[in-house]
Amino acid sequence: MRRPSVLIGALSLLAIGAAALFLTWGVDGHWDFALPRRAQQVAALVVVGTAIAVSTVIFQTITRNRILTPSIMGFDALYVLLATSVVFFLGSATAAAIPPLTMFLIRAALLMVAATLLFRAVLGNGKRGLYTLVLVGVIAGTFFSSLTSFMFRVMDPNEYDALLSDLFASFNAIDTTLLGIATVLLAVGIGAAYWLGPQLDVLTLGRDRAVALGINYQRTLTKLLLVIALLVSVSTALVGPISFLGLLVANLAYQLTRTYRHAVNLTVAALLAVLALIAGQALLQHVLHFNGTLSAIINLVGGVYFILLLVKESKK
Amino acid sequence: MITTSDLTKTYDKTVVVDNVSVSLPDAGVTSVIGANGAGKSTLLSMISRILDADAGSVAVDGLDVFNAPSREIAKRLSILRQETHMTARITVREVVEFGRYPHSRGRLTEECVQKVDEAIAYCDLGEFEQRGIHELSGGQRQRAFIAMVLAQDTRYVLLDEPLNNLDMPHATGVMKLLRRLADDHGKSIVLVLHDINYASVYSDRIVAMKDGVITADGAPESVMNADTLERIYDMRFSVIDLDGDKIAAYFR
Ligand SMILES: Nc1ncnc2c1ncn2[C@@H]1O[C@H](COP(=O)(O)OP(=O)(O)OP(=O)(O)O)[C@@H](O)[C@H]1O
Ligand SMILES: [Mg+2]
Repeated sequence: MRRPSVLIGALSLLAIGAAALFLTWGVDGHWDFALPRRAQQVAALVVVGTAIAVSTVIFQTITRNRILTPSIMGFDALYVLLATSVVFFLGSATAAAIPPLTMFLIRAALLMVAATLLFRAVLGNGKRGLYTLVLVGVIAGTFFSSLTSFMFRVMDPNEYDALLSDLFASFNAIDTTLLGIATVLLAVGIGAAYWLGPQLDVLTLGRDRAVALGINYQRTLTKLLLVIALLVSVSTALVGPISFLGLLVANLAYQLTRTYRHAVNLTVAALLAVLALIAGQALLQHVLHFNGTLSAIINLVGGVYFILLLVKESKK
Repeated sequence: MITTSDLTKTYDKTVVVDNVSVSLPDAGVTSVIGANGAGKSTLLSMISRILDADAGSVAVDGLDVFNAPSREIAKRLSILRQETHMTARITVREVVEFGRYPHSRGRLTEECVQKVDEAIAYCDLGEFEQRGIHELSGGQRQRAFIAMVLAQDTRYVLLDEPLNNLDMPHATGVMKLLRRLADDHGKSIVLVLHDINYASVYSDRIVAMKDGVITADGAPESVMNADTLERIYDMRFSVIDLDGDKIAAYFR
């Protein structure tokens, strides 16, 4: 096995380097204007990258595959649906009166309850095959999006506009009002993930062996799904859905670490995600001046990778 | 003591374990025999709470396995499953270390390291310690999982076909080891065997299953006779006495 500390150290340095570059590139003296804005952006990218990486690695361990991610299984589509439903059922006037922070907490809480109930049922006793899960994920995702767009159609255009700008944050329009609370929730989620690390390690052996070693499977699954839903809420609230980032960084992390230990894999995947986001955004925003393409590029690369993985899996 | 009462499992209206009530002792070697599909693995899986029962209950030292804290059960009872397939990239030593999880929750103590070393030595795995579990032969992998169960160091050790894939020296080695664990460490070993002669030579008691029920239960001398075996397996046997052991022949 390679020395994980060396790998983690190297990735941390690279991430810090990328952040420094992002903060300072082409500022041209407008420091007091540029720096705080850019610092907020960097903070948001760190939060988003970490949330996506950690939630993906956990999800892949409980489903025991390296192809599915919370996003592919429809977690973030469910977040968008729930957020839309709140406005739909409360009416825009009532919804607008709720402060953004409270609104975010309501959405996160709803997702944690709904996703945990739903996916506990979908995952069952941890023995469903990969293709069943892929199918369920595709159907769930499509169903959630259709319901969302149905609600959009029925809403009056003003409600719709307000909701849309609120819901579809992106890398270029990061919702920084929520940055503080998102950071707090991220800290809670990560703390829980590392605390559950040894149980995640045991789950690598499969449900039956984990039970034999004293894991309460249903209870552990519930805790882990709650953590995933919390982290998906954080990343989706800040930058909207990004489908394939988690897939890329989780798989790259497994390749680099070659261990089952979650303390290592969670850390390396998170660092890779942060590095990819900051370096990618620095390059696109400051060097190439292409705005609004980061998630498109991630989805293109990740989408191709997803298909390659599926093809490789089907040849087994 | 392990006690099952009216334990039942049904798949699509087929009853595969049918109202089984049996007590397994505090110490000694108990072999479970029976044809393919008789319900042996299903019974062991329910006793070890890996599989939910449709009816009935199991108590290990008075603890209800389906409701007691899973970790408490894991400190008392371990199980080797029939299935040894594993996709995760894990070395042999790491697999064995997982056996310590109920005691250490991932933080190995000195005692853990000692038990792991011991289990690796018992199963003759020294030279494979650092190899990936997926890089082993079937028999070597089987031994790695036996070592994991041994490292768990529980009073009750359930093994579903532990001799699968093992060559004769290692099969006999494992049986001797299990006998020693029962005699010297006072453990209760319950194992599923297809080789009835190993069952005859090494166990204190043989439990035979057929179509989900226990059809014979007793000391090897009482089960190892042509009549009883023919009823269990629906085929012809001749049983001979070999240096005091009952040996069954069934090749013709
Ligand atoms: N998941 C399942 N779904 C449906 N039927 C099952 C399932 N698992 C086992 N069975 C059936 O239950 C019966 C008992 O199976 P079990 O695995 O307990 O047999 P066994 O005695 O261990 O056999 P073997 O010697 O082949 O290991 C078999 O007829 C089997 O087909
Ligand atoms: Mg079996």
